[in-house]
Amino acid sequence: MSKTYKLLQGNEACVEGAIAAGMVFYAGYPITPSTEIAEIASQKLPAIGGHFIQMEDEIAGMAATLGGALAGKKSMTATSGPGFSLKQENLGFGCIAEIPCVVVNVQRGGPSTGLPTSPAQGDIMQAKWGTHGDHPVIALYPNSVQEIYDVTITAFNLAEKFRTPVILLLDEIIGHMREKVDLSSKESIPIVDRKRPTCPPAEYLPYKADDDMIPAMADFGSGYKYHVTGLMHDVTGFPSNNSDVSLDLMNRLINKIDCNKDEIIRYESFMLEDAEVAFVAFGATSRATKEVVIRLRSEGVKAGLFRPITIWPLAESQLKELSENVDQIIVAEMNMGQYFYEVQRVACKNSSVSFYGRYDGQPLNPDELYDYTKEVLS
Amino acid sequence: MTTSQLVHQYFREEKLPHIWCPGCGHGIIMHAVIRAIDNLKVDTDKLCIVSGIGCSSRASGYMNFNTLHTTHGRALAFATGLKMANPELEVLVLTGDGDASAIGGNHLIHAARRNIDITTIAFNNNIYGMTGGQYSPTTCSGDYGTTAPYGNIDKPFDLCNLAQSAGASYVARSTAYYAKQLTGFIENAIKNKGFSFVEAVSSCPTYYGRKNRKGDAVAMLQHLKEGFVDIKIAEKKPELAESKILMGEFHNEPEEEYTDRYQQIIDLLSKEK
Repeated sequence: MSKTYKLLQGNEACVEGAIAAGMVFYAGYPITPSTEIAEIASQKLPAIGGHFIQMEDEIAGMAATLGGALAGKKSMTATSGPGFSLKQENLGFGCIAEIPCVVVNVQRGGPSTGLPTSPAQGDIMQAKWGTHGDHPVIALYPNSVQEIYDVTITAFNLAEKFRTPVILLLDEIIGHMREKVDLSSKESIPIVDRKRPTCPPAEYLPYKADDDMIPAMADFGSGYKYHVTGLMHDVTGFPSNNSDVSLDLMNRLINKIDCNKDEIIRYESFMLEDAEVAFVAFGATSRATKEVVIRLRSEGVKAGLFRPITIWPLAESQLKELSENVDQIIVAEMNMGQYFYEVQRVACKNSSVSFYGRYDGQPLNPDELYDYTKEVLS
Repeated sequence: MTTSQLVHQYFREEKLPHIWCPGCGHGIIMHAVIRAIDNLKVDTDKLCIVSGIGCSSRASGYMNFNTLHTTHGRALAFATGLKMANPELEVLVLTGDGDASAIGGNHLIHAARRNIDITTIAFNNNIYGMTGGQYSPTTCSGDYGTTAPYGNIDKPFDLCNLAQSAGASYVARSTAYYAKQLTGFIENAIKNKGFSFVEAVSSCPTYYGRKNRKGDAVAMLQHLKEGFVDIKIAEKKPELAESKILMGEFHNEPEEEYTDRYQQIIDLLSKEK
């Protein structure tokens, strides 16, 4: 397979990956530091017969993305911090109505307008709990421009397969970084398309799941006339107040993700084979952490890194196993400890778990993390 | 086609009766929508009905098309995504006064500005019915609502003026009393390739009527007859316009449609290849 190298910015790689995955519709609203994604989508989509629209606000960007997905098109929107907050209600609509799409959040410092041009990893919990009510979540977190390209394709694949919005969390640092990307890597990632009904329209039950817990989804306009609502609904798609119906739907929405964790959860283990101290870090922070691991190794400290690429659902069994094999876990992130508490919950029985964070708009400094680690280990 | 034939052909009969209160005007407006669809022989496979949240927005569930019952105020934003992603779809939005002009006001003016081919029918009953009678952006000054116990101090929107000044290429108003006229307006709205806005004035005897001592359902329907005057009549008898609300086709000037304009870009780029 011949390689096709390009020098790309992270946000640009996201659009390239989305188009490689089959995206033909994008609806969004400008916001720093994600704006390049909209700009590049507006340039590329009409050239492939796709459609781009700049909506009147972030809420409309999310709504139109779901509308495009219901029309049968692979759809994406991108935003940053405040815009991600505004998208939350309709994101929940996508979860309950099971509409596949990709929502990119190039994070920035918060709360509120915060630090628009500075990096932060403060939306870890918003990605999980931003919309109201219990709901399924798949959130992915790449750490290089190449991985943005690859993981964006994966995000579409998971959205299509599991019929749910997939959140792609990016760091401002990597969104705006330029690196060499091999675009031929897409050849090794099979493209997944949503399951569509094969029965006659009169027999179609839009929310009747197959054994894999995923219902087949018809495109609006394809002759299958059905109802889509954000209310609790039965297999016909129509609202129901019956508590058994609600229970069944809620359980299925959660279980279709939970029971397929093996397929959804991706991670990188770096030098963990014999590690006694393990870092847990993702995105840009994982790059600084890797440097610390290498430095510690050169000094004879058995350090390693567990890097979740799927940050939700949590890699619980992998983290539990990690905690059984190491004495010390250090969670490093650019926030006040959002992932730390999750790791601590899973790992504290078997190992000591500590937190190193930065939340002043500056990237995590490897020297400072090194100093902190030496202190913890002494 | 008789009403029962219409029901049989276009409705999800098992979902009826509808949830609206006795005397509510919404059923008449839903009837007019269906009759317009039948008169135009719209391809129902391509027909998408999108609604928001509120009494009016429950109408989508009763109709046997591609129906999408969205979040509060966002029907037009979802509808824009549907239409933009697949311009072959025939998209209708059913909304209410609060849904369209309060929480969804931004989407209304921008869909109108783009002149995207979506037909919006606003069921205007001057109140938030679903939540129990709070004042809406079309509640008249001085009227009462459960959140205006001392009288409403807001000035109401004229929804047709709003849609027209924002750029809608077809704008009309009728009432649940003038069902035939309303049906004709909805037909013209669907026929217009661009953003069409029809304000269908409804009545809410349960909340608006009781709070404001407007009488029973019949008295309120009587008001939907006598309180309105067609613009053509008002032109000849201007004195009528002073005491009544204008109805009729206010604006019908086709303009280039949004997805067509986008298609020109696609065509241009494909030629350059």
